[in-house]
Amino acid sequence: MTQDSGMLKHTLRRLLGLLPTLLMLITVTFFMMRMAPGGPFDSEKLLPAEIEANLNAKYHLDEPLLRQYFRYMGQIAVLDFGPSFQYKDWSVNELIAQSYPVSLTVGGLAMLLAFVLGTTLGIAAALRQNTRVDYSLMGIAMLGISVPNFVIAPILILLLAVYAGWLPAGGWDWGIASMVLPVVTLALPVTAYIARLTRGSMIEVLHSNFIRTARAKGLPESVVIRRHALKPAILPVISFMGPATAGLISGSVVIERIFSLPGLGSYFVTGALNRDYTLVMGVVIFYGVLIILLNFLVDLIYAWLNPKIRYDEKY
Amino acid sequence: MTKSTDSPVIDPFEAALGVHADKGRSPWEDAWHRLLKNRAAVYSAFIMGTIILLVLLGPLVVSWESDFTDWDFTSSPPSFSSGHWLGTDAVGRDILVRTLEGGRISLLVGLVATLVSLIIGVGYGAIAGYFGGTADRIMMRIVDIIYALPFLFFVILLMMVFERNIVLIFVAIGAVNWLDMARIVRGQTLSIKNMEFVEAARSCGVAPWGIIQRHIIPNLMGVVIVYVTLTIPQIILVESFLSFLGLGVQEPMSSWGALVSDGAQDMESAPWTLIVPAVFLTVTLYCFNYIGDGLRDALDPKDRL
Amino acid sequence: MALLELKDLNVAFEIPDGEVHAVTKLSFSIDAGDALAIVGESGSGKTQTMMAVMNLLAENGSASGKALFKGEDLMQMNAADLNKRRGKEIAMIFQDPMTSLNPYLRIEQQMIEVVMHHQGLTRAEARAHAIEMLRAVRIPDPERRIRQYPHEYSGGMRQRVMVAMGLLCEPDLLIADEPTTALDVTVQAQISQLMTELRAKSNTAIILITHDLGVVAGLCDRVLVMYAGEAVECGTVEQIFYQPKHPYTKGLLKSVPRLDQPDDSGLEAIPGNPPNLLLLPEGCRFRERCPSAHDACRDTPPMQLDGQGHAWRCFLGPTDE
Ligand SMILES: Nc1ncnc2c1ncn2[C@@H]1O[C@H](COP(=O)(O)OP(=O)(O)O)[C@@H](O)[C@H]1O
Ligand code: SF4
Ligand SMILES: [Mg+2]
Repeated sequence: MTQDSGMLKHTLRRLLGLLPTLLMLITVTFFMMRMAPGGPFDSEKLLPAEIEANLNAKYHLDEPLLRQYFRYMGQIAVLDFGPSFQYKDWSVNELIAQSYPVSLTVGGLAMLLAFVLGTTLGIAAALRQNTRVDYSLMGIAMLGISVPNFVIAPILILLLAVYAGWLPAGGWDWGIASMVLPVVTLALPVTAYIARLTRGSMIEVLHSNFIRTARAKGLPESVVIRRHALKPAILPVISFMGPATAGLISGSVVIERIFSLPGLGSYFVTGALNRDYTLVMGVVIFYGVLIILLNFLVDLIYAWLNPKIRYDEKY
Repeated sequence: MTKSTDSPVIDPFEAALGVHADKGRSPWEDAWHRLLKNRAAVYSAFIMGTIILLVLLGPLVVSWESDFTDWDFTSSPPSFSSGHWLGTDAVGRDILVRTLEGGRISLLVGLVATLVSLIIGVGYGAIAGYFGGTADRIMMRIVDIIYALPFLFFVILLMMVFERNIVLIFVAIGAVNWLDMARIVRGQTLSIKNMEFVEAARSCGVAPWGIIQRHIIPNLMGVVIVYVTLTIPQIILVESFLSFLGLGVQEPMSSWGALVSDGAQDMESAPWTLIVPAVFLTVTLYCFNYIGDGLRDALDPKDRL
Repeated sequence: MALLELKDLNVAFEIPDGEVHAVTKLSFSIDAGDALAIVGESGSGKTQTMMAVMNLLAENGSASGKALFKGEDLMQMNAADLNKRRGKEIAMIFQDPMTSLNPYLRIEQQMIEVVMHHQGLTRAEARAHAIEMLRAVRIPDPERRIRQYPHEYSGGMRQRVMVAMGLLCEPDLLIADEPTTALDVTVQAQISQLMTELRAKSNTAIILITHDLGVVAGLCDRVLVMYAGEAVECGTVEQIFYQPKHPYTKGLLKSVPRLDQPDDSGLEAIPGNPPNLLLLPEGCRFRERCPSAHDACRDTPPMQLDGQGHAWRCFLGPTDE
């Protein structure tokens, strides 16, 4: 068999393995939402009982839970997330369609920034291991991990927006200026983590026997690092990108709140607070699919970079 | 590597574990010495100790009550003359006292939730590792799946299920944060299970409890200690995330996250309301992370991330 | 002029408990086209000696002394000059074939980069040359196998790749660190055979490191015996095998399995352990294990020479038993 068909099989098998993940995610979220005390129409205190019953009936909330669950599964099978309970005139599909470009843009840019900056700094530190450059880079990285997003964000707003006036303090107009602060604050912790990860793996790789072999060949150190050390050093970072996505999405909830961005995260929080079942489910499923696809992509890149996996799948 | 000729290895099990008994120093003492050499960790431990003392004793010493509203000094900047050393918030509450009391909550959340996650993680990991096979594969696949999901979403959903009860915050956070521990414990269990020395010791008539006490617990202890020091700050961070989003502790109680959230509202007029709790929170997280790092290096010098 | 001459080479490693003296005042030389074996128990400093020569010591290690290669001191050389020699004029085959090849690169890439870098060949030329070399080390179907990754090779095959890689630039000196340990006996014989052939063909000098005296006889002209970081005896293969002077060499020889003797009869490892390299004893380093040790051995024994290229570090004279 050729290497490519091995890859194909690997890909298909992984894709199939993802379905149960999605199913579990949807199920757990669905029942957790319903277990929570209170209902979507609680906030409208003055609602007469009769109308509330009508509303419940309209949204099938009066049916047995299991029935609701299967009804819902049937719905999302045709990609219909239903109407939002809270935003009366909107369907969840519309709300998501309107807000996901913002979240995806901020998240994607943050991911890119974190990867590029993180690996660069990590390698720079590893190549100067135990020098002052290394120590200060790692000190800053530790700070990046320790200082929460929501502490950095107000401070950056205060300095760069309020005092200096260089950037807007919040809001979103698809202009670069409105992206800078959200992207940077979202990227910081991940950047710091990736920098530490890269440094560690690069140092480990540089101590390995095959690097010694490369050096013994008389190759210049720059070639040794680029050709022989870079790929194995980056591999752990690639596999970290999966969990990093999840982390970025968590972070984006906070970032969207702070910078008043019209993204998915803000809908999730308000939806959760108001028991807007359909909205919360819609956001969770959307992000779930996104995460699963990204993890899958990461998997593929990893397998593509790692000849051992490519090979193992052949037999 | 280099073994002195006059100290033959007496205990074959120690040899199997690679514990070098020579020079009369136990591995714990070795680790302790390595830790003391790590300046960042030592300073961090010192600072952390100070913060803990302040948080525990401070509110007893400072003369203000945390919910006392001093209408003469609303949003007043830090000063000695007003008696509010680190200023007050918009309704005149003393920032220092509120920060110290908030610290109690934050640290308590960190500690208790870590304990919860430790118990779940150890149980889950030990079961998976002990039974192995299909059970192990399925259990670890579940862990992989949960790993890929945004943690905060689950916590938020859990918070809704259990209403906003402070005890349940602990449990909810701990219940979602056990994945790392489960993985670590599973790995350790597997490797211990497969170690020849366990078999060997049994067939030599060494009591199982003896093996567990002398070899397995010390092996696990190191990992657990490192894990705990690195999990506490993670959990403090999550709690503050939640409080920041308004989903955490409720007024009049507060935590560092809640205080930062309040402070961020007034930061233009009264930046100290943001800066004071932010500094406490950040320094605490920073110190815990450095101590955890130092412990990891000290206990397992080869494996540094 | 000798091809490589070591003068008073010291290698030490800094560890938390102190300084590991891995190699102490080691001097020897090898001429062009010669084959020298370095033997000694594991941990006697054989590998680190050569690492120091190649400037590949671990970060906690440091070396002093001279390593004159064609009259120039490798220890004083800057990185660029050293890199002109490493891989081209001096090649080294490492102890562990399983981990010494880069698992992420095809064998092709790992081989052609040596010749492309040192001889400026084009990719196609380098590839042809590499295939030829793989064929020389008897790798079957080299055109196909060169496209594979290291994990698709067995241990013996990888060792051959290492040998082929070392010989790509027809170096003046090939250092082979236990090239046959961990391989089964037939492969061992094949690899030894291969090195003998290649040596005859391209006049490459060989330093063969081994703790197994058995493989030395067929391949080498001279033998250097190391113990606890020191040279304890040096001579021709005949001198070492038939007239060993140092009690340690005698002990080593006794532990070599021999075909003309029934299994295990004469086989006895030297009792005891080598000294702690952190705390080296005064006097003769072999004293604690030496069956001939006497009072004089509390002093450092001199290097004795017999005038015919045989030298040993011991108080015993040429005729003492
Ligand atoms: N990086 C290092 N740090 C400390 N000691 C080392 C290091 N590398 C090698 N050594 C020690 O140096 C001594 C000589 O090692 P080596 O030359 O590899 O022995 P061998 O003769 O088996 O090749 C050994 O005792 C080894 O433990
Ligand atoms: S000097 Fe003495 S102790 Fe050392 S090898 Fe010779 S006889 Fe033995
Ligand atoms: Mg060696």
